[in-house]
Amino acid sequence: MQGFLLSATVYLAAAVISVPLAKRLGLGSVLGYLIAGVLIGPAVLGFVGAEGQDVMHAAEFGVVMMHFVIGLELEPALLWRLRGALMGLGGSQVALTALLVMAAGLALGQSWRPALAIGLILALSSTAIVLQTLQEKGWMKTDAGEKGFAVLLFQDLAVIPILALLPLLALAAPESVGGAAGAVSSAAASAAADAHDPAAWASQLPGWQRTLVTLGAVGLLVAIGSTVVPWVFRQIARARLRETFTAAALLFVIGIAVLMQFVGLSPALGTFLGGVVLANSEFRHELESDLEPFKGLLLGLFFIAVGASIDFGLIGSRLGAVIGLVAGLVFVKFAVLWVLGRVTRMSTDQHLLFALALAQGGEFAFVLLSFATQNAVLPTAIADLLVAAVALSMAITPLLLLVWERVIAPRTGTREATAREHDTPEEEHPVIIVGFGDFGSSVGRLLNAAGVGTTVLDLDSDRVEVLRRLGLRVYYGDAGREEMLRSAGAERARLVILCIGNAEANLALAQRIKHLFPHLTILARASGRLAAYELLELGVPHVYRESLDAAMRLGTDALRLLGRRGHSSWRLAQGFRRRDEETLHRLATVFRDRQAHLSQAREAIRDLEASLRSDQEARAQRDDTAWDAETLRQEFGAAAPPASNERGGA
Amino acid sequence: MPSRVLILFAHPAYEKSRIHRQLAAAVRSLPGVTFHDLYEAYPDQDVDVPREQALLEAHDVIVFQHPFYWYSVPPLLKQWMDLVLEHGWAYGSAGRALEGKVLQIAMTAGGREMAYGPEGFNRFTFREFLIPIEATARLCRMEFREPWVRAGTHEMTPAASQQAAADYAALIQRLMGAP
Repeated sequence: MQGFLLSATVYLAAAVISVPLAKRLGLGSVLGYLIAGVLIGPAVLGFVGAEGQDVMHAAEFGVVMMHFVIGLELEPALLWRLRGALMGLGGSQVALTALLVMAAGLALGQSWRPALAIGLILALSSTAIVLQTLQEKGWMKTDAGEKGFAVLLFQDLAVIPILALLPLLALAAPESVGGAAGAVSSAAASAAADAHDPAAWASQLPGWQRTLVTLGAVGLLVAIGSTVVPWVFRQIARARLRETFTAAALLFVIGIAVLMQFVGLSPALGTFLGGVVLANSEFRHELESDLEPFKGLLLGLFFIAVGASIDFGLIGSRLGAVIGLVAGLVFVKFAVLWVLGRVTRMSTDQHLLFALALAQGGEFAFVLLSFATQNAVLPTAIADLLVAAVALSMAITPLLLLVWERVIAPRTGTREATAREHDTPEEEHPVIIVGFGDFGSSVGRLLNAAGVGTTVLDLDSDRVEVLRRLGLRVYYGDAGREEMLRSAGAERARLVILCIGNAEANLALAQRIKHLFPHLTILARASGRLAAYELLELGVPHVYRESLDAAMRLGTDALRLLGRRGHSSWRLAQGFRRRDEETLHRLATVFRDRQAHLSQAREAIRDLEASLRSDQEARAQRDDTAWDAETLRQEFGAAAPPASNERGGA
Repeated sequence: MPSRVLILFAHPAYEKSRIHRQLAAAVRSLPGVTFHDLYEAYPDQDVDVPREQALLEAHDVIVFQHPFYWYSVPPLLKQWMDLVLEHGWAYGSAGRALEGKVLQIAMTAGGREMAYGPEGFNRFTFREFLIPIEATARLCRMEFREPWVRAGTHEMTPAASQQAAADYAALIQRLMGAP
């Protein structure tokens, strides 16, 4: 326990110190984590040593969770749209890179089997580093971001056949595949996609049965994910147990990972699928915000572990070879991606970004390399060299992207057109509505009728369920949480509309949003005068008393039923409303001072009522002289109105 | 000292208008011009009379910029006239707030110029259709200037509407120069 707490302290301290520094220097958090890893690793301070590898396996679960969150943001429709890029770009990238690397291996004197193994292993890029960097910079929705994502997704798929293929490439027959179990993947929840992990029960089945089991597991995942899981989340949400909700979310993700390992599939792929299944559910934003801290911490830990595992001893002793390998690896991958980008006609800067972003070895390479040595496909010496090269190539990716951002993008100048914004993975709307009861839903329907997209958050899971059945896009979630607002798109939205019935909750939320997202314009429902005062005092100028407009309309109709003309009643209500609003704003400045408020309020009420008391008095106060011919009659005499009398028709 | 110009712009479907966008763009940011978009300010037709009267008092030249609807002004501009031009303020023995100010109409019409005349499809000239406004100006002791009208906007080419916008800006400049 003490050992665990001690290393936790080291890792957390390293992250807390280096990541903000790196961000301040404009290097991005990934580079910050990597540097932290190098610093605490054996090469510099030596705080962490041999266990770094184990930590990396555990932290790979961050990659698994990242896939789940990515899946959540991807609706099936978008996945379908990306299918061309996925198969075409992804397939050709893996095949071409593998072949080129294999050719290089052959040229360096390897025989074809290890050369092919190396080619396949190095064809994969780092999902963790690429996606984290792209997301942090907000490049996920660019052309390069989408296509890069498609390629990474294909690589995740490709891991499974590669794992199946590797044992067949063994130099000598593997001694005992069934023996050394935990060596490939020490952590149970590792992203290690060891289809051949003997622990995987399905690996003992004949081929066709294994296929059936695999399909069955995927079917089970989709079926449970779309029926049972939402129901469970709904029950928990109804009971308002926030921690249990988080626990259930974690349970779901870890459960998928275990199931996938059990049948010999990639946990990352399984959780990605689980995310896609829930992408259309009302819990999407809540799940995202619940898992975000776990995902972020684990990914950070993963990057630190990568940094710490860079073996500077080995690199130092074989400096030429390592530098050559890294340069060759990055160059070959870059060249393949460059050609593919050319074929798909990307604009220059996007084209470069796409090629630079994916030009590194990936975390799967670590797993696959140790798997390959175990199966006697590769000698340990070569595998160690490759591990060092992959780790270094991962570490320089953020640097390459930094060069792109600072040097290349400003010069090529063909930035993405903003017109692409609307067909993006995350739907992002200019308006966020919080609270979707009768009030909020009326506002939302009006905006939707005008073609304005809205993201709706509500904390009543029963209501959310009903509204979703009606086909409305409503999400369950607590808008008081920063992450929730972020995942609802608060950073890029323009308006946030607060329609919660509870005045205190509304006020607290307004305060929080003003603090967190000062660029958002807040429009708030107020239950009554006092709530309106408090909102105005807070500096929310757009305040709407929920009863005022309905009361004015009712009052108008009452007057009409009493025999007043429709237009006169309506204008009276219009004027009354305007003056009442003015009074509200004036009294908002003194409402804390009970005495001043009372006397001013009394005066205001007297004024307002005076306008209702009689026509005569109203006119005396210049309340509404429109179309009033009284003064005309006085000037020209009632008996003979002149022809020039334009008013009131005489 | 140049005259201060108040443009009262009335167009209920501005976003659908091609010509008025260009006209408005040509004048709205000119120094010395107050561009007042009535349909934007009063979507509920509830014209703020004291505010409008103060605006009128602060300017020397009043321009009505609007399309020609049913041989007349759009309804909000008529509403504005009904409400703002009060007896005792704008006209009547004590109403001299607008005395000596200039009233200029800047109007567009979809039909061709030749349709407006004794021989034309619409039988009357623009000047004849605008007699109520002219009489209003007279009653308020204002100086009514020859209306500026661009007709045939239904079939106007982009080049022609650009020319119209330039002409309009020149008209406003002239109005500012010498009242």
